[in-house]
Amino acid sequence: MILHTVNKSPFERNALVSCLGHAQAGSSVLMIEDGVYGAIAGSQVADVVNNSLATVKIYVLEPDLAARGIAKEKLISGVQLIDYAGFVDLAADNTTVQAWL
Amino acid sequence: MSEGTIKKFLYLNRKAPYGTIYALESLEVVLIGAAFDQDVSLAFVDDGVFQLTKNQNTKGIEMKGFSLVYNALGDYGITKLYVEKESLEERGLTLDDLQDVVYEDENDDYAEKKSILLVSRAEMGQMMETQNVVLSF
Repeated sequence: MILHTVNKSPFERNALVSCLGHAQAGSSVLMIEDGVYGAIAGSQVADVVNNSLATVKIYVLEPDLAARGIAKEKLISGVQLIDYAGFVDLAADNTTVQAWL
Repeated sequence: MSEGTIKKFLYLNRKAPYGTIYALESLEVVLIGAAFDQDVSLAFVDDGVFQLTKNQNTKGIEMKGFSLVYNALGDYGITKLYVEKESLEERGLTLDDLQDVVYEDENDDYAEKKSILLVSRAEMGQMMETQNVVLSF
């Protein structure tokens, strides 16, 4: 399976929405850098993320969230927090890493 | 500019912090500009509202955090931080998610006052029309 990474704000670029539109069932999507804003509940893109959670695993990199002052309580439920070690594990567990820049 | 002329300067911030250098560069230019005693306002629109979130902790990403600098702007006479309501809402945020930026009003016995002005998109547009110079980040 593919590990997709998204590092752009979903409010400035369509990287997250495009990624979720292409990600196959069972694959993983990891939000990093400005991509972590896509994990906030109640935003303009929250519905797209919520719908994707039915078929795709969605992760968010905790140090990038903390840097941006986004509290864990504000996240869409079902989005999983991971640290750098978890990022490495995800990369190792998948056959390819595909970046959505 | 001729001596004694005070112009209205607007710094327009539309980018999230840390992912790009815009937010930090804006802050640097604001601080430099503060030395010229002009009428300065800051606008936070679109992803720019993310610059003001509270509890930013950059230790984990090993970058210099600069969110606390916003609260020092009052000491440089910068007391008008316009934040757009619609931009917050589109991002799942409210004013409660932003830090309390305050200044001491020297014309009011140094009373502590709020610098953040929550305005609608329409009001933000009107405020932009009143400016002499706009610097975009």
